Amino acid sequence: MKTVEEKTATIDRRRFLKITGVSTIVGLLGGWKFVELLAPGELEAKYLPKAGALTAKRWAMLIDMKKLTDETAGKCIKTCHRLHNIPDVGDPKREIKWIWLERFENAFPGDEHDHMPESVEEGRFFVMCNHCDNPPCVRVCPTKATWQRDDGIIMMDQHRCIGCRYCMAACPFGARSFNWGDYRPLIKDKNPEYPTREKGVVEKCNFCAERLAKGLIPACVEESEGAMVFGDLMDSRSELRKIMRERYTIRRKPYLGTSPQVYYVV
Amino acid sequence: MSEEKKEIINSLKETGFYKPGKIYDRGKVIAGIVVFIIVAAFPFFYNAGKAAKMPEPKLDTPVIRQLPEAERVCVLPKQEMRENHMVLLDEWRDQVVREGNREYTGYTGKKYTISLQNTCMECHSNYEEFCNECHQYTVQTPACWGCHIQKPKEWAG
Repeated sequence: MKTVEEKTATIDRRRFLKITGVSTIVGLLGGWKFVELLAPGELEAKYLPKAGALTAKRWAMLIDMKKLTDETAGKCIKTCHRLHNIPDVGDPKREIKWIWLERFENAFPGDEHDHMPESVEEGRFFVMCNHCDNPPCVRVCPTKATWQRDDGIIMMDQHRCIGCRYCMAACPFGARSFNWGDYRPLIKDKNPEYPTREKGVVEKCNFCAERLAKGLIPACVEESEGAMVFGDLMDSRSELRKIMRERYTIRRKPYLGTSPQVYYVV
Repeated sequence: MSEEKKEIINSLKETGFYKPGKIYDRGKVIAGIVVFIIVAAFPFFYNAGKAAKMPEPKLDTPVIRQLPEAERVCVLPKQEMRENHMVLLDEWRDQVVREGNREYTGYTGKKYTISLQNTCMECHSNYEEFCNECHQYTVQTPACWGCHIQKPKEWAG
């Protein structure tokens, strides 16, 4: 004869414990998958930046024209050309330029006048890709072969360039060059660690992105004997910012609104 | 056939120009067809019974020879590399150029610098006997070598 409690209870203590025990085990097994998901997996660990790579919020460069002599400039250009397998084409209409010298009135048109100091009047100014904050070349590229990295560098993906040269038309600094032919045989100082370029692609200075990835500063800065400074514009304690606080710096064609990130002390 | 059509055909026959079932220049046409078949099928007859040599990519390079037997492994297992190295290279390219990730962890856990020219070609310095061996067999002409240097070690000058 069952008691009233036994009759009204829908489940007895023994059965209750069995069910909760089994569901706890099942729950834990399912829950373990959850833990596995959180553990570092293969995907995220497979590709990593190299340890010791230089990083910044916004890379920028400063060129102190008072310190830069023609001799050091020549050395910088030579090193850049050697490291990046830049051919010596000869013909100025078809040549490849990453970094070169320009007269003041050509580098800073509109800022020149008849009574400038001789050093400015006669001097040659170091010019290169300005890695603009508002890059017109990136806007016009139909294949996204050129784009702006998070750290501000305007990169080129030669694999994707179709050679339309819109970027060359858009760049107001003439910083981009086109490979009119197979220039590999024209490379004099060869660097076996860096690729060459094929016929039909555009190229330009990349702020030595391949060196930054290895923890090295750009080659021209290294060779410049202190005339060039490379640093993080967003880091107020960087040497770049320190000099920019002390010296008045100008940029090329700022009125065009591209916001160049190569600063000059004239 | 409708009466109308029959009438038209009959009138055409009467003109003497329409002769159903007749091939004009029969001899020339058949000879032409035979010549065409022979020329078009020539490669098949010419190579009949001759199998192309199986590609044998060689691993005999100075760097690989120096490695101890146990360390003679690539970034992925051999079979996977054979079948999918192009997919891996594609991934490597995007990771380096777009993401700035230049380090790859191989299946053994060893870390490699991502670079076709400097890492792959370091061990596989024999372009002709390694890369080209299969690429020629499968009639592949990858565009890699337009820019990347096949033999970086010999290229320096």
